[in-house]
Amino acid sequence: MKSLILKEIDELIFGSLGIIIFISFFIGAVITIQTALNLTNPIIPKYLIGFTARQSLILEFSPTFVSIVMAGKVGSYITSSIGSMRVTEQIDALDVMGVNALNYLVFPKIIAMLFYPFAIAISMFVGISGGWIAGVFGGFLTSADFVEGLQLDFSPFQVTYAFIKTLVFAFVLATVPSYHGFYMKGGALEVGKASTTAFVWTSVVIIVSNYILTQLLLGQ
Amino acid sequence: MIEVNDIHKSFDDAHILKGITTSFQKGKTNLIIGQSGSGKTVFLKCLLGLFTPEEGTISYDGKIYNDLTDAEKRDLRQEMGMVFQGSALFDSMSVEGNVKFPLEMFTKQSKSEMQDRADFVLKRVNLVDAHHKFPSEISGGMQKRVAIARAIVMNPKYLFCDEPNSGLDPKTAIVIDNLIKEITEEYDITTIINTHDMNSVMEIGEKILFLKDGLKAWEGTNKEIFKTDNETVTDFVYSSDLFKKVRQMYIEERN
Ligand SMILES: Nc1ncnc2c1ncn2[C@@H]1O[C@H](COP(=O)(O)OP(=O)(O)OP(=O)(O)O)[C@@H](O)[C@H]1O
Ligand SMILES: [Mg+2]
Repeated sequence: MKSLILKEIDELIFGSLGIIIFISFFIGAVITIQTALNLTNPIIPKYLIGFTARQSLILEFSPTFVSIVMAGKVGSYITSSIGSMRVTEQIDALDVMGVNALNYLVFPKIIAMLFYPFAIAISMFVGISGGWIAGVFGGFLTSADFVEGLQLDFSPFQVTYAFIKTLVFAFVLATVPSYHGFYMKGGALEVGKASTTAFVWTSVVIIVSNYILTQLLLGQ
Repeated sequence: MIEVNDIHKSFDDAHILKGITTSFQKGKTNLIIGQSGSGKTVFLKCLLGLFTPEEGTISYDGKIYNDLTDAEKRDLRQEMGMVFQGSALFDSMSVEGNVKFPLEMFTKQSKSEMQDRADFVLKRVNLVDAHHKFPSEISGGMQKRVAIARAIVMNPKYLFCDEPNSGLDPKTAIVIDNLIKEITEEYDITTIINTHDMNSVMEIGEKILFLKDGLKAWEGTNKEIFKTDNETVTDFVYSSDLFKKVRQMYIEERN
C-alpha cells in the first residue's frame, strides 16, 4: 500500500507541478498587467495592483482555476487508468482474487491528493512572483508598491479559506474521476468518453462546491 | 468438485441462464462450449462468484456458496484461479510482479519464498526469461502463460479459464491446452474452461457442457461428442465442412 501511495504522489502531485508552475506564473503576470492597465486614475494608489494580484491568486485562481485545469490533467489520468483496467478485466481479476478493487485503486489516490494543497501553495507563490516580475520589470509599479499591496489588509482567514477549498477540491479530483473509471462499461472508445464525462462532472462539482463553500465560509 | 443446481441469471429483463444443472469433477478438464452469446462467460462468472445467480445453488466440494459467511467466501476466493479471456494482466506490473501479486496480498511469505514460488510457476508454464518484461512487451501466447502462472501461484483448488487460447495460433493453442491439462492432473484441480476451439474439445474435453440459449443442450465426453446424434451439438461442433468430413470418415471407419 505504501509504495502505491508513493507512486500516486509521484504521478498526481509531482507530475502536475510543471503545468501548475507554468500557468500560475503567466496568469499571475497577466493579472498584474491587466490591473495596472485598468487603474489609470492617478488618485488610485499603485499598491492596489499588488493587492489585486494577491487576492485573485490566493482566493480564486490558485485553488479553483488550477483545480479545473487539474480536472483535465489528473482527472483524465485517473479515469482512463482505472477505466482501462475495467475494460481489460483487470478489475475483475482483482475481484476474483478477493482484493477489494475499489479500495485498492482509489484509496491511494485519495491519500496522495492530501498533498495537493502543497501544489496549490506553490501555485500561489509562483503566481505572485510572476505578478511581481511582470509588474516591476514591465515598469507598471515599483517593487515596494507591489509588496505594500501584498501586505495590505491581510487576513489569515482568507488563506485558511483557500486551503479548505483546496482540500475539498482535492477530494473531488480523486473521487469523481475514479467513480467514472470504475463504473464504466464498454471498450477503449468508452474509456475516452468516460474521461470527458469525468472532466465535465469534476469541473461542475468544483464550481458548485466553490460557490457553496464561499457562501458558507465568507458570507455573512 | 463443483456442483451446480438449477441456476438462473438475468440482467434487467434479459434472462441469460435459464436453469443449468451440472457438475465438474476434480482433476479433470471440464469444457463449456456454445455459440457466442450463449452465456458461457456469464456462467463462468457465476461460478467465480462475480455474479450472483437469482436462483439455484453452486457448491464447491460440498460447501454451498450462498450459505458461506463473507469471511468464508473470501477464503474460497483464494482457492480459485482465473485466466481471463484477454489475460487481464496488470499492465503496471512486470511479469514477475503479476505472478507475485496474489502472494503479496494474501500470504505472509518472505521475499525469497515469494521469489522461489514465482520462479517455480513461471518455469512450470515454460517462461524462463521474461521475468522483468511488462505485459505490453510480450506476445499474446506468453501473456496467456503469465495469466496461467498467476492463476496457479496460490495453489488453487479450482481453475477457471475463459477462452484461454482465443487469438493464438493453432500450435500455441495446443501448447496452452496441454499445459492446462497437465497442471489440472498434476495438482488435482477442478478446471473449467470456456472455449470456441474444436481442437480443444477433441484434445482435452474430458467433460463437455454444451450451452445453447442459456440452457444445457448436451453434456458428455470428447469420445461421446464424436458419436452423438444430437443435432444441435453436431450442427455446432461440425459446422465446418472439414469437420463434417472427418466425422463421416470416423463413423465409416467404425462400421
Ligand atoms: N454484465 C452484463 N450486463 C448485461 N448483460 C450481459 C452482461 N454480461 C453478459 N450479458 C449478456 O449475456 C449474454 C451472454 O453473454 P456471454 O458473455 O456469457 O456470452 P459468451 O457465451 O461468453 O459469448 P462469447 O463466446 O462471445 O464470449 C449476452 O447477450 C450479453 O449481452
Ligand atoms: Mg465469453
